[in-house]
Amino acid sequence: MFDFSIVTQWFDALLRETLGLGDFLSILIECVLVGAAILGGYAMLAIVLIFMERKVCAYFQCRLGPMRVGYWGLLQVFADVFKMLIKEIFIVDKADKLLYLVAPLLVIIGSVGAFSFLPWNNGATILDFNVGVFLLTAVSSIGVVGIFLAGWGSNNKYSVVSAMRGAVQMISYEMSLCLCLITAVILTGTMQMSGIVEAQTGPWKWLIFQGHIPAIIAFIVFLIAGNAEANRGPFDMAEAESELTAGHHTEYSGMGFGFFYLAEFLNLFIIAGIAATVFLGGWAPVNIGIEAFDTVMNYIPGIVWFLGKAFFLVWILMWVKWTFPRLRIDQILKLEWKYLMPLGLINLVIMTVVVALGLYIK
Amino acid sequence: MEDNKTYFGEIGHGLKTLAVGMKTSWKEYFKDFFTNKSTEQYPENRKTTLHVAKRHRGRLVFKRNEDGSYKCTACTLCEKACPNGTIKITAHMAEDPETGKKKKVLDDYAYDLGDCMFCQLCTNACNFDAIEFTNDFENAVFDRSKLVLHLNEEVYAGGSLPNLIEGGAEWEIGKFNTKTK
Repeated sequence: MFDFSIVTQWFDALLRETLGLGDFLSILIECVLVGAAILGGYAMLAIVLIFMERKVCAYFQCRLGPMRVGYWGLLQVFADVFKMLIKEIFIVDKADKLLYLVAPLLVIIGSVGAFSFLPWNNGATILDFNVGVFLLTAVSSIGVVGIFLAGWGSNNKYSVVSAMRGAVQMISYEMSLCLCLITAVILTGTMQMSGIVEAQTGPWKWLIFQGHIPAIIAFIVFLIAGNAEANRGPFDMAEAESELTAGHHTEYSGMGFGFFYLAEFLNLFIIAGIAATVFLGGWAPVNIGIEAFDTVMNYIPGIVWFLGKAFFLVWILMWVKWTFPRLRIDQILKLEWKYLMPLGLINLVIMTVVVALGLYIK
Repeated sequence: MEDNKTYFGEIGHGLKTLAVGMKTSWKEYFKDFFTNKSTEQYPENRKTTLHVAKRHRGRLVFKRNEDGSYKCTACTLCEKACPNGTIKITAHMAEDPETGKKKKVLDDYAYDLGDCMFCQLCTNACNFDAIEFTNDFENAVFDRSKLVLHLNEEVYAGGSLPNLIEGGAEWEIGKFNTKTK
C-alpha cells in the first residue's frame, strides 16, 4: 500500500531543512494546511452527502429528486449552500444570546473534531493518538452539549422539548456505541486508529471476518446506535418535523442553521467512517489470500477503499432512514436499555472469550 | 404487537417486521432503477411524452360546426349556472331574415378564466351542446386582462401543444413515464 506519510515527511523536511524554518513556523504552516484540508474536506463531503441524501431519498420514494439545477440536479446543493450563506442570521429577541450563538459552534466543533480522527489512507491519519477511539467518543459527544444549549437558548418550547429528547437519546446510545468500540478494541488490542486499521490488513483480516459472530453483532449494534447518535431517522426524535417543527434548530437561520445541518450530515458520515474503519478495515483493501487478486486490490488507493466503504455504509443508513417510521421516545429508550445495551454487554463477554481462547481468525 | 410475547419473541418479531420493511423499500429503490419513478418532468416533456387526460378541465371553448359557426343561442343558462359569475353574455334581439321571427343574437361571450373554478356546471346547464371544457391547460399569461376570453370571437385551434386535445402522448394506467423524450 502507498504510504502517505512519505509525502508528509517530505513536506516536513522541505519546511525544516530546505527552507530552514524553525520549529514554530514549520508546525504553524503544517497546522494551517492540515486545518484547511480538514475544513475543505468537511465542506466537500457535506455537499456530496446532502446531494446523495436527496437523490437516495427520492429514489426510495419513487421520485427523481432535484433535476433542474445543472445536469441531473448536480448544482442544486451548491445553490442551496449559496442561499444559506447569504441569508440573514436572525437572533431571537428573548433568546439567551450567548448560548444561542455558541450552540451551533459547539455542534460543528464536535463534528469537525470527530471528523479529524478518520484514517483516510495509510499514513494519512490526522489525529492519531494512542487513545484514539476513546478520545473520539469524548470529542464527538460535545455535539450533545451544542444541541442541548441550542434548545435551551432559543426560548422556544419546541426547541426545549427537542433538546431534552435529543440529550436523553444521545447520552443513552453513547453506551452501546462505546461498548461496540470496546468490543473491537479487545480484538485489535489497540485504541490507536492507525493501529486498528493496521490490525485489519492482510487476507480475511477485516474485523467482521476476523472476529466473526461477536464482531458482526457489534457492527450491527454500532450502526443502529450510531444512527441514533447522529440523530437520523428512525431515531430523529430531536428533529421530529411533524411534532416539533424543526426541533432544536427551529429558531436558527442562515449559517446558524447551516451548521446544524452540516453537522447532522457529517455525523452520519463520521458514524459510517468509524464503522468502516473499525469493522470493515478502513483503508485496508479486500485481501483473500490469493496473490494475484491481492496485488490488484492493493493497487487501488487506500482513500478509495475508505470512501467506498464509508459511502456504502452511508447508503445503508439512508436506506434504513427512508424505510422506517420514527420511534416514540419511550420506544427509543426501551430499544437502547432493554435490548441494545444488554446485547452489547453480552457481546463484550463473548468477544473476550473468543480473544482469550484464540478463536478468531489469525 | 401483542403483549403476550416473550422478550426474545418480541425481538424475533421485531427483526422480522424490520426485514420486511427493508425488503419493500429495497424493491422500490431498484425496481426499474432509472425509469419507473412517478415524477413527470413537465416543461421538458411537454412536446414529447406529456399525457393529459381528455376529460381534464383546462378551459372552456365553443364547440364549432364544420363551417366554423357556433351553436350558442345566448340563452344565458350557463351564465346563470355559473357560481362565480365567470361568464358574461351580451346579446341583442334581431329578426331572422329567413323566418322573419325575432331571435336573440350573441354579441359577446366573455369567459373570465381567472374567475373560473372549472366546476363544469356551465356545460351541464347548456341545452344546445355549445360549450365544452378542453384539456388545454397552459393558460398562464402576464396580464389579468388577457384571461378574459371572448369565446365567440376566437377561433380555437387546439391548444398550445401538439395533439393535446387528443390526450397527448400514449399513456397506460399504472405506468409512469419520467423520460423527457
